[in-house]
Amino acid sequence: MSKHKTERLLGLVVCLLSARRYLTAGQIRDAVPGYPETFDAFKRMFERDKDELRELGIPLETGTNPGADDEIGYRISRQAYELPEIRLEPDEAAVLGLAARVWRRAELAGAAAGALLKLRAAGIDAEETTQPGIEPRLQTEETAFAPLWQAVRDRRPVAFGYQAAGRSTPQRRNLEPWGVVNRHGHWYVAGFDRDRGQERVFRLSRIDGQVAFTGPPGSVTVPAGTDVRNLVQATDGAPPPVRTAVLRIKQGAGYGLRRRASSDRPMRDGWDLVETQFSDAGWYADYIASFGADVAVVEPVDLREAVIRRLKGALA
Amino acid sequence: MSRGASRTGRSGTATDRLQRLLALVPYVVSREVVGLAETAAAFGVTESELVDDLNMLWCVELRSPDPYCPIDLSYEGGEIMVSQAESMDRPLRLGTDEASALLIGLRMLADLPGPQDKSALRRTIAKLEAAAGEAAAASAQVAVHVDVRAPADVQAQVAEAMRQRRRLHLSYYVPGRDEATERDVDPMRLLLLEGRSYLEAWCRSAEAVRLFRLDRVLGLTVLDVAAEVPKEAKHVDVDSGLFRPSANDVRVVLELARAGRWVADYYPCEQVTDIGDGRLRVVLRTPDTRWVRRLALRLGEDGKVTAPADLVREIEDEAATALAQYA
Repeated sequence: MSKHKTERLLGLVVCLLSARRYLTAGQIRDAVPGYPETFDAFKRMFERDKDELRELGIPLETGTNPGADDEIGYRISRQAYELPEIRLEPDEAAVLGLAARVWRRAELAGAAAGALLKLRAAGIDAEETTQPGIEPRLQTEETAFAPLWQAVRDRRPVAFGYQAAGRSTPQRRNLEPWGVVNRHGHWYVAGFDRDRGQERVFRLSRIDGQVAFTGPPGSVTVPAGTDVRNLVQATDGAPPPVRTAVLRIKQGAGYGLRRRASSDRPMRDGWDLVETQFSDAGWYADYIASFGADVAVVEPVDLREAVIRRLKGALA
Repeated sequence: MSRGASRTGRSGTATDRLQRLLALVPYVVSREVVGLAETAAAFGVTESELVDDLNMLWCVELRSPDPYCPIDLSYEGGEIMVSQAESMDRPLRLGTDEASALLIGLRMLADLPGPQDKSALRRTIAKLEAAAGEAAAASAQVAVHVDVRAPADVQAQVAEAMRQRRRLHLSYYVPGRDEATERDVDPMRLLLLEGRSYLEAWCRSAEAVRLFRLDRVLGLTVLDVAAEVPKEAKHVDVDSGLFRPSANDVRVVLELARAGRWVADYYPCEQVTDIGDGRLRVVLRTPDTRWVRRLALRLGEDGKVTAPADLVREIEDEAATALAQYA
């Protein structure tokens, strides 16, 4: 009966939008076709309808008319309902389509399409044009994105299992989320960690299982002046000191390493002696190990040993 | 037309349709007269679905205090006109998700490096923020760092070649094979995906459309030859992921210890199974196993290839040869 439901909801919206006064439930039932006869059945359906309209963002107000009886009534204020006047120049309308396309198939794709529809309804011709510039895309493959965005949007605290790097089991974390940030193509959530009493940043792909809401909307306060972008950047920390590695690289191999080399000179035996810079020995050892027998570390010793450890691990 | 003649629309739920109906009236009102076909396209519905929508709007009736039909419209001759819209002549305000989706996208575009004029973006952001009001606030809690890790000159040269529609010669690093390759390509698009910039181009060596990561371009020459992208060249469907396995690919099985679980995040896996103790078994498919060998070497004891057997042997041989150098 989806058609009847649409008709009824449409009638309800038009009725409440046109009303100059608060209309009581009884007045609404008399005006809008499609409601059941008995008052209890009407009441139940009307409650559900109100929820659905609010869900769509329709500002349904309740109140009583001054000087009248004190029965609660309903209306939709046109001012609260209507999209304010917005006029865009052709070059401005052109970028809207591009902005919506950022989300294509990602979490907010439907919302972006809905926004374009409303803007078109306001008279804007937002076409999906292609532009010669770069086309960015956001991906939201992490299942935690949707609940965390809702939590940030509605200011609700959350709890989730988190598999921190280097930890053996996921830990339960309680967070007041302040914002979500995409950095190097990965999503992070930043906020106040209730257990640790500190600001913390979590990577969404390491969230294990469901994200649960642990409080009502509006119960999180984002401290004034918080810049979530900076919070996530800060977790990258101060870059560790840059060190020099001396590597033997087989001639014709190791391009990835040579690209960042500060010196690269041939030796006699079909190998080159290459100097490169690195800061994270663990990461750099993994990377060097990936070149297998084409690369060997001459120094420093800790890097050399880390590579040997990796290779032994691959052999075991 | 006769009231009550509408048939059931088929697009989405009752509330999806309600949203469309609420946008339809102002869409027509703001344009005064608009074609059925054009409107159907703008709303992503068929013309017959659109006609059902128009009929439903026209049929809205309020019975009390006096019966009346608040909406009057016609669509004769393929042109829609609304002569009475009552209180429905403006669209509903943007919701938080809607305003945020567009604002995040616009800010991301505005942050992109490059010579393009950003003033249209800045003006649009300001107007949209004003129109969205409170709904715009939450979008400030989402940030996207656009740190395009490609040398600015490479990107500028590619953009210039695209503007002039010229062919490019690329010296391109293929990390899976640890090789520098040389090829001529005809540029199609520049894309920013997962924080990296890519050139989509027709590769004349592969005779296929390829994506090239700009930070792996070792050298580049804009050739004095017009780019010729063949008609059969199709855009890569980047929206369903960068890697699309094919049936001919090799099936690789990896067992990951806790510290190697990141592999399941980074590579598209056909199957991920929790095998207890924090360990994962992942199955992936690839046409070229050389990068898997390199991945296995870098993982060490944090991840083991368990199939196919010849790849397992290859990895062990390579690790043994590499270790021999330290003996």
